[in-house]
Amino acid sequence: MPDDVSLPIAEDFQPRIIAFFCNWCTYTASDLAGTSRMTYAPNTRVIRVMCSGRIDPQFVLAALRKGADGVLLGGCHPGDCHYQAGNYKCLRRFRLLKRLLTQLGIEEERVRLEWIAASEGDRVQKVTNEMVEQIRKLGPLRLEKIPTHPNGEAAPAPAEPMATATEGAVS
Amino acid sequence: MSKPKAGFYWCASCGGCEESVVDLAEAILDVVDAIDFVFFPVAMDFKREDVEAMEDGEMTVCFINGALRTSEHREMAELLRRKSQFLIAYGSCSYQGGIPGLANLYSRSQILDFVYGGSPSTANPEGNRPQPHFHAPEGDLELPTFDSEVKALDQVVDVDFYLPGCAPPPSLLKAAVEALLSGELPPKGSVLAPDKALCEDCPRIDSKPNEPLISEFKRPWEIEIDHEKCLLAQGLLCLGPATRSGCDHVCINGNMPCTGCMGPVSRVQDHGSAILSALASLIDSDDPQKIDDVLEGIPDPAGTFYRYGLPHSTLFAKCGITQGNGET
Repeated sequence: MPDDVSLPIAEDFQPRIIAFFCNWCTYTASDLAGTSRMTYAPNTRVIRVMCSGRIDPQFVLAALRKGADGVLLGGCHPGDCHYQAGNYKCLRRFRLLKRLLTQLGIEEERVRLEWIAASEGDRVQKVTNEMVEQIRKLGPLRLEKIPTHPNGEAAPAPAEPMATATEGAVS
Repeated sequence: MSKPKAGFYWCASCGGCEESVVDLAEAILDVVDAIDFVFFPVAMDFKREDVEAMEDGEMTVCFINGALRTSEHREMAELLRRKSQFLIAYGSCSYQGGIPGLANLYSRSQILDFVYGGSPSTANPEGNRPQPHFHAPEGDLELPTFDSEVKALDQVVDVDFYLPGCAPPPSLLKAAVEALLSGELPPKGSVLAPDKALCEDCPRIDSKPNEPLISEFKRPWEIEIDHEKCLLAQGLLCLGPATRSGCDHVCINGNMPCTGCMGPVSRVQDHGSAILSALASLIDSDDPQKIDDVLEGIPDPAGTFYRYGLPHSTLFAKCGITQGNGET
């Protein structure tokens, strides 16, 4: 895009990556990596979900909005989902989400989906390291700031024939 | 006692919201019996000076439609906020940014370059651009400035209630006016529409399969649309599963799929990705390549899923559009 101004990446930039790992495979694999004393980049914050099918695309956007530079999703290999089809649902959402994010100016490498089985601790190590390096090259994610109105100015106090608030929306 | 006063103002808007007032039909007589319109630029000759002359809070309610992008929009929103006890974001644009909000996919300079240069219908060899100040022999002229992004009303001023829809259905407007007059109002910040998904009360719900698997997304002009059957089951991109109801099903009854104008239900933060999640999970394949092939049927995901609400979405705008792009 002609308007993009590449800002320099600070030398001490440390990528922040939110990882959503499924309980049955990838989270167990990261546990295995830990108990096997494998070392890997400390840049991920892992959030355990019961299934990769539970990863709402809203979670990914919320992570990016709240300061993540990348989001890593991990689930069971195809055919291995504890709930049979959750990982396929994750895959379908992920493919569409990537298209959407690209349109919104977010590099597709910032979001990654990997199938990692419970026994593949070494793969957690490898994928995490790869992703951290990838994001390090891309630099921090700089989203557009959401404008908010100044809260200081309170609305004038209601007068007649106004209102006591009641519960529930008008339907 | 004098009648409560009301205002109705438009920002970046098409005028459809004003039409929806006329769509009240006979009920409009009850409305004008009950309230006095003191500011309604599209219909009545009151000026900004008249609003400025009002006491703060003099208007009981002001409805503002349209998204906000210029200094004039912001000034008017702030002025009307001061003069009204209740400010209602009226219609999808004011509520969530609406169709004008899709301009947040482009930077300010891209838009100006296209409109005053690149567009096929533009002849502007001197490269003239609108200027906020112009000195003419007759005096100084001023134009509002053009902001770097489109905003929803609540991103500029405090909003009491939201009335969604493109345009809002008359039934909801009528219910909102009745609620305001009776004082029986829901908590501040409420959306004045039912809090359930469109599918829940869709007249075609009985023909919706438990899992309407989709092997090809179709556009409405590509098929002969069955008048009775669930539109999603026919492969159409119907946003009903993740869009708020209350629209009186005008699109569905017109045999067209929901495009999402009512916005999300209250449990959803990001309308677009909620729709994305609902629709993508229905794709009838487990193979990445086949899934991508099916997704080719959605050529413009951002424009489809955020059609009425990019400024209210989690990402707000395309990443990087305001860098090096100061306001003038």
